[in-house]
Amino acid sequence: MNATLHIHRAGPAMSVQDLGRPGYMAQGIATGGAADRLALLEGAALLQSRSVLPAIEMAGMGGSFSVTAPCRFALTGAPMRATLDGEPLGWNESHLITPGQRLDIGRANAGVYGYLIFAAMLDVPAWLGSVATQAALGIGALLQAGDSLMMHADPDPMAATRRLKVEDRLSGGTLRMLPGPQTSLFAPETLSRALATEFQRDAAANRQGVRLHHDGAPFPADDAAALASDFICAGDVQMTGDGVPYVLMADCQTMGGYPRLGTVLPQDLPKLAQSSLGAKLQLSLITLDEADRLYMSEASQLNTLMAKADVKIRDPHQIRDLLSYQLISGVTNGDDLDRGGEA
Amino acid sequence: MSASKSLLHDTAPAEVLALGQTGILVRFGRHASDAATAACLAFNDDVRAAAFSGVTDVVPSLTSVLVQFDPTVTTRATLGAALQPLIDARPTNAQLPAAKRRWHIPVAFGGEHGPQLQDFAEHSGLTQAQIIADAQATDLRVLAIGFAPGQPYLGYLPDTWQVPRQRELTPQVPAGAIVTAVRQMVLFCNASTTGWRQIAQTGFRPFLRERSEAFVLQQGDALRLHQVSDSEYRALIAQNNDGLGGARLEVLT
Repeated sequence: MNATLHIHRAGPAMSVQDLGRPGYMAQGIATGGAADRLALLEGAALLQSRSVLPAIEMAGMGGSFSVTAPCRFALTGAPMRATLDGEPLGWNESHLITPGQRLDIGRANAGVYGYLIFAAMLDVPAWLGSVATQAALGIGALLQAGDSLMMHADPDPMAATRRLKVEDRLSGGTLRMLPGPQTSLFAPETLSRALATEFQRDAAANRQGVRLHHDGAPFPADDAAALASDFICAGDVQMTGDGVPYVLMADCQTMGGYPRLGTVLPQDLPKLAQSSLGAKLQLSLITLDEADRLYMSEASQLNTLMAKADVKIRDPHQIRDLLSYQLISGVTNGDDLDRGGEA
Repeated sequence: MSASKSLLHDTAPAEVLALGQTGILVRFGRHASDAATAACLAFNDDVRAAAFSGVTDVVPSLTSVLVQFDPTVTTRATLGAALQPLIDARPTNAQLPAAKRRWHIPVAFGGEHGPQLQDFAEHSGLTQAQIIADAQATDLRVLAIGFAPGQPYLGYLPDTWQVPRQRELTPQVPAGAIVTAVRQMVLFCNASTTGWRQIAQTGFRPFLRERSEAFVLQQGDALRLHQVSDSEYRALIAQNNDGLGGARLEVLT
């Protein structure tokens, strides 16, 4: 059974994202995908899905949604004001929406990118194995009010809803960086000065990169102006010709000529993506060996999160949910209340 | 121009570097040259043919080859050791293989199509007329595809074109912008930020998502620019559903 997601109101930068399309760098295509990849893993964990589901990424501001078949959804990433028919919804939780209900998501309370992830997988056209949008390149388009997206059916709308305790990644902090192909082009004094600098997230920030602001001298590299263009990856700390650092994000270019100070570890990038305007950020350089030891596959991260996503304890006011369950199926699982206990 | 001379004779040994937790970058030179690019293309083929366990992607640039791997299958040390004999076997004086086909691209220079033509003239010491003549006289090659989907790095232009990137980024050049720096040109498929100077514009779109052949350029293709007037350019743009902008493909034998 298929269903439809109706978008009644859309924030200015809402797009469908997944984990992107790796493996096409030879055609100049960056992997792309969610700006905060961890939020997609958290969404899959909340919905107990073994694979990451396509998400609606909402930069700064959400939208208003309804569905034509009951399904669970997860809210992850930057917490936003969210209500279901006027009832406030918890963030980093999964919930159930049924036909006729209206899900309203407003501004982010903190952080930047909020995610709405449906257990009923969005059925939007994939290109090169991914539904990730890169609107600036003509790959997909931003979502708009009036759009309707096809969905598959939720495999188990009756499944218990869950919540996940997440570590704060909305208020900046330290970004661990491993050395890259151009690190040695920076004089040792320049590098140590960059590592000692307290940066702020600048207003110049989007899915391609985040500019780091500081008031001191710039960070020039030797020989930078004539350097051959070379590969770039998300997390690279690029110094433009005037020595101002940008940390490159999901939709960065695949090659570039400006030298890179190093590469921020993938597991620290959500902290960068979600840091609010003016949040303090610092770079720390770790060795290549240490960086390699810290590698965590997204599959193993998802496994860990799956085990941490606890079934929610039911509050009496959620009894209304139970009634709606019965309207859908005519029968409840019977153990809804019991399943609420601490696992 | 003494700096550019030394750039052409970049004979340092290949370097094995890290690009993130999942990448080994083998660099055949810090500065672009025919020899470095030829070494990249040959090494790229060798690594692909070797099909080492755990390798997830192999991609050549102008001066380096990126070997991406899955750390749950292999390690940086294991893969690095496997790559070393292939690196050592690379000749240092490789030549680019002959092109199999050549693109002919109509291009409008200067004015609103090349707002930085004069700026580039001042930085290179060339006149606008010399720049336009050189650009058309050079049998360009697609040295690498990157930055954005299907987007070519074209080169190499004469030594007099050895002009660095700008210190500050241009916030936006339009789709079809032809920009230059460091003896190369890039042809933008979409509006973009860039540190290179825009000297011309074309209706040719090497990447168009909706076109049956989304990517039309291949690494190694030859490419010639042909000047058209502002009105000819406008006529090409007015009927440009195929995104080819009047480009013609010549098959070489």
